[in-house]
Amino acid sequence: MIEVRIAIQHPMETGFRYELGGRPVPKNVINSLVARYNGAEIFRVEMDSGIAANPYLQFHTVARQSGEIEFSWVDDAGNRGAERAAISVTD
Amino acid sequence: MHSASPFCPLFCLLLAVSAASAAELQRPNPLKSGAAFVSDDLHRLHADDFGNPGMLWVARGAKLWSEAAGNGGKSCAGCHSDAGKSMQGVAARYPRMDPGAARLLNLEGRVNLCRERNQQARPLELESGELLALVTYVAHQSRGVPVSVTLDMQNRKDFERGRALYHRRIGQMNLACTHCHDRNWGKKLAAETISQGHGNAFPAYRLEWQTLGSLQRRIRACYYGLRAEMPPYGSQELLDLELYIAWRAGGLPVETPGVRR
Repeated sequence: MIEVRIAIQHPMETGFRYELGGRPVPKNVINSLVARYNGAEIFRVEMDSGIAANPYLQFHTVARQSGEIEFSWVDDAGNRGAERAAISVTD
Repeated sequence: MHSASPFCPLFCLLLAVSAASAAELQRPNPLKSGAAFVSDDLHRLHADDFGNPGMLWVARGAKLWSEAAGNGGKSCAGCHSDAGKSMQGVAARYPRMDPGAARLLNLEGRVNLCRERNQQARPLELESGELLALVTYVAHQSRGVPVSVTLDMQNRKDFERGRALYHRRIGQMNLACTHCHDRNWGKKLAAETISQGHGNAFPAYRLEWQTLGSLQRRIRACYYGLRAEMPPYGSQELLDLELYIAWRAGGLPVETPGVRR
């Protein structure tokens, strides 16, 4: 059983704010984040404007064999990010 | 007894004078970091090097540290190599006079001076993500080192101006820094506990901002609260205040990046 923690630097703009000039600031949040363990999806989250800036996520999973967890996310502006973490299981 | 009495008025006067100047040149006692006034939740978040959102800026700063910039083609690491060694304790001594520039510089100013002078790069915009990342990374290397600015003939004027400003009433609220942060710390201002107003955890992540900001941004927020005109970023007024505040926090450990409400 392992704990996986994710922190991403992102403004998570809600779309509810206005600039000083009165124009609305367009919504831009990380709408989906997926974690794959050796290619198999183990975690997926769909986020919206209720999540604070610089989201911090945490989940548990079972690691039976060594491998790599691959994270990828995409925001409303189409920006993508990816990160990898190696997991080694010893008996 | 009798022979001493003629001296008494003079003696009392001297005492009064020294007491008056001592009252102004006083650090809060006991000295308490801003971390002592935040909730347990924020305390835990600050202590957790992964959960602390300010660490995202530290990580970004670490990357920028070894990236070449400007026409010089040099990175920060090109001269200063391992920041863990070369930058340890540096932030605790700022703001300080730069011998070359002959003016008071905070860390932001020092980074930008280095960019111009040694990297032949454009100075980074104050409060920009890149500059905050670099400054936070550098300041983080001094974590635990006690704040200690040196006062000398060179920065005496800046210090005195900062001290005067700290005690001057400003804004529609007609309050000075000292009214909250010396006389009333530990008490409540609406839902907030008033801190002693130290800068040892800055740049810090503030939940209200939903991002990380500099000490100058935090001081400007106080101006806003007092309904006073906010001095622009990098202004002499804010630098002077930073110097006085740093002297006042002397001995407190650097805690960058702090987490605040």
